[in-house]
Amino acid sequence: MPATMTTTSALQSVLARQGHDGTRLMQILRETQEALGWLSPPVLTEIARDIGWPRARVESTAGFYSFFHTRPLGRYRVLWSDNITDRMLGNIDLMQAMCEKLWLEPGRVSEDGLVSVDTTSCTGMCDQGPALLVNYRAVTRMTPRRVEAMVDLIRAETPVAAWPAEWFAVEDNIRRKDILLGNALVPGEALAAALERGAAAMLDEIKRSGLRGRGGAGFGTGLKWEACRDAMGEAHYVICNADEGEPGTFKDRVLLTRYADLVFEGMTIAGHVVGAKKGLLYLRGEYRYLLEPLESVLAARRAAGLLGGNILGQPFDFDIEVHLGAGAYICGEESALIESLEGKPGRPRIRPPFPVTHGYLGQPTTVNNVETLAAACLVAKHGGEWYSKVGTTKSAGSKILSVSGDVERPGIYEYPFGVTVQQVLNDAGIEGCTQAVQVSGPSGVTLGQNELERRIAFEDIPTAGALMVFDCTRDMFEVARNFAHFFAHESCGFCTPCRVGTTVVARLMDKLATGHGSPYDIDEMFKMHRLMQGASHCGLGNSACNPMFDTLNKFRPAYERRLKSLDYEPAFDLDAALSQARQMTGRDDAAAHLANVEES
Amino acid sequence: MTDNTLPTCLIDGEEVPFTPGQTLIQAATAAGKYIPHLCWHPDFAAHGSCKICTVKADGRFGAACTIEARAGMTVENRTTELDDKRRTLLQLLFVEGNHFCPSCEKSGNCLLQATAYEVGMMSPHFDHFYPDRPVDASHPDVLLDFNRCIMCELCVRASRDVDGKNIFALSGRGIKSHLIVNSESGRIKDTDFSAGDRAAEVCPVGVILKKRVGFAVPIGGRKYDVSPVSAQVGAQAPTREEA
Repeated sequence: MPATMTTTSALQSVLARQGHDGTRLMQILRETQEALGWLSPPVLTEIARDIGWPRARVESTAGFYSFFHTRPLGRYRVLWSDNITDRMLGNIDLMQAMCEKLWLEPGRVSEDGLVSVDTTSCTGMCDQGPALLVNYRAVTRMTPRRVEAMVDLIRAETPVAAWPAEWFAVEDNIRRKDILLGNALVPGEALAAALERGAAAMLDEIKRSGLRGRGGAGFGTGLKWEACRDAMGEAHYVICNADEGEPGTFKDRVLLTRYADLVFEGMTIAGHVVGAKKGLLYLRGEYRYLLEPLESVLAARRAAGLLGGNILGQPFDFDIEVHLGAGAYICGEESALIESLEGKPGRPRIRPPFPVTHGYLGQPTTVNNVETLAAACLVAKHGGEWYSKVGTTKSAGSKILSVSGDVERPGIYEYPFGVTVQQVLNDAGIEGCTQAVQVSGPSGVTLGQNELERRIAFEDIPTAGALMVFDCTRDMFEVARNFAHFFAHESCGFCTPCRVGTTVVARLMDKLATGHGSPYDIDEMFKMHRLMQGASHCGLGNSACNPMFDTLNKFRPAYERRLKSLDYEPAFDLDAALSQARQMTGRDDAAAHLANVEES
Repeated sequence: MTDNTLPTCLIDGEEVPFTPGQTLIQAATAAGKYIPHLCWHPDFAAHGSCKICTVKADGRFGAACTIEARAGMTVENRTTELDDKRRTLLQLLFVEGNHFCPSCEKSGNCLLQATAYEVGMMSPHFDHFYPDRPVDASHPDVLLDFNRCIMCELCVRASRDVDGKNIFALSGRGIKSHLIVNSESGRIKDTDFSAGDRAAEVCPVGVILKKRVGFAVPIGGRKYDVSPVSAQVGAQAPTREEA
């Protein structure tokens, strides 16, 4: 059969390109799906046979990631980014309009197998939403007119490649530069300085700089590199964590768009320090469009002698590969990221041992944030002491913030550590009053009006850099409900408290939203918070109730006005349940409604 | 018998000796002390997913199956606070799947049920999820009833590490996690699974059941009907012969 032959040859070329290597399963699955549309059962069997893995393990990975599908989901797959910032920009109405025009329900595939429309977690375009992905390609700034035009193109089966280029334009929106974004380094300059210092001296400079991880946890970069360098292993690895999944965060996207050389150079310097020959950049699936540009930067660096063998004429070999994720927030957790790089579902490992001793393929591995690695170049060039003088005592250097929501100029703002939230808001432009600022995304902290003088620094608010701003018209309950659904969708499912707890919490929030809540349900939420915070396997479960906890404490009226009574209230609504019976019997008279029956 | 040369930690105020490298649950089990658990099994590497064995070690919550015992460590185990958490975790497991104990062949031999009794779980508390999980009765000797699965991956580990077959895996994510088998059809009959596999014996709940031996021992005379799980420390999940 010709179709099968096409399938087989497309699959074989993917498998050959990936070296029939099971640890590259994520890339095999992605490329196969790009070629064939979906991952059918026989295709998974063939992949398993080829890489020598049990089929169940291949299916396990294929079934874990949101962007892999083991059933057909249409030749056009539209996924609306559903962060709270997209919601504030009207994504739900636009999605409904799109579905109506396509005669489609969200989450369903059209009868003719042409198209499906659904939501997805934040795609990292919060400063230019409402955003969506079409066949995993990022589209920004959706409008009613664009929805109409897009529906026409889908109906006419116009290939996505032929769609208007401006739909796919992603703006950088850099609003404020400091030492990092304002650097004047040329490719190779920081690396040459690092090689000249030598690995041990370079490590000392990093330690002297006080550089701490920019992913939010703030672990000392020097300590991490040193632990990795000192660990015994057959090989050492440098991993750049570009799985920027925290809703509201998009600074890594801009760094990888405009400063890719700096990021790769930071990885190379890290490789030199820890004694690695290989670096891997794990790019979130939502940034698929950056893959080819990043690969050309890598090619240019190889051509310039900044990657490959004998870098800059020194006895130092190092090269970098870009691996794509496939829609799983949990892979931002470093051990889950490593599992994913090894071709497995992204479930966080039991720690210890930590990646610095047992990381990628069981070898010593340093996993660093995109921004951390870029900042390492500044330390290489200017020295640790210079760097440590910027920022605060415990937070050296600068921080790039992703600002979105109710501000006039959403985008990227870089400040020395220690800047107040109010200062950022002033620079970003505020109209009217600010009710709240969500710092560091759903897993971070919700600040009320009286907390805006707090500072962005490890001493006060540690953050990966997201600031989502909510003016006084916003409903903070709906903000928390959006976040609750985000965590329920993104829980990896490994441990009981997070797997089931996040769904229980999302359902409680929905119960309140539909007007069936009572104080009892609020007590239940606090109970879930206490359970999940202590018992969960990783940071996702531990912080999943933070937004609810913060908003309940700071914006309680937003919850209380939804409570139906002060006593227990069941989620089950008897009168609503009778509506089906009314519909079937064609009755809608007064006696067919429960309220009236009770009164009589 | 306490070997005086061994270091000890303190579990609920009692000195428990351990050999270096042992986890808290290994040390406790060796000393005949019960720490509630579901996904842990003495014959397999720790998994740490069910979190029923959550204890407070030196003031910090953690799974007893993944924390290495240290000399002088003070561990809270059967406290009201921890058993409250365990009860909630068990309730979450009960509502996540479809657990109908009165009609379940595993009733009385089920570690989930026994642990729920042990920590005084009187009701499921939360709204049931009622997931749709069709049974797989395709195999001539074994029935798979996924309704009862608690994602402990003991069958995954047993099949991979002991049987060398990799019959089982978890797929899906979050609340959609589910057990799959190693065949293109998704049916157990199309794998090389056998009723003699270790994986056929290891399920702590009633997912993997052998055919034609159901109710051989009547309810009332089964493992945990006779004495509670906390009184059977060190005893393994019952084999078919015992049941």
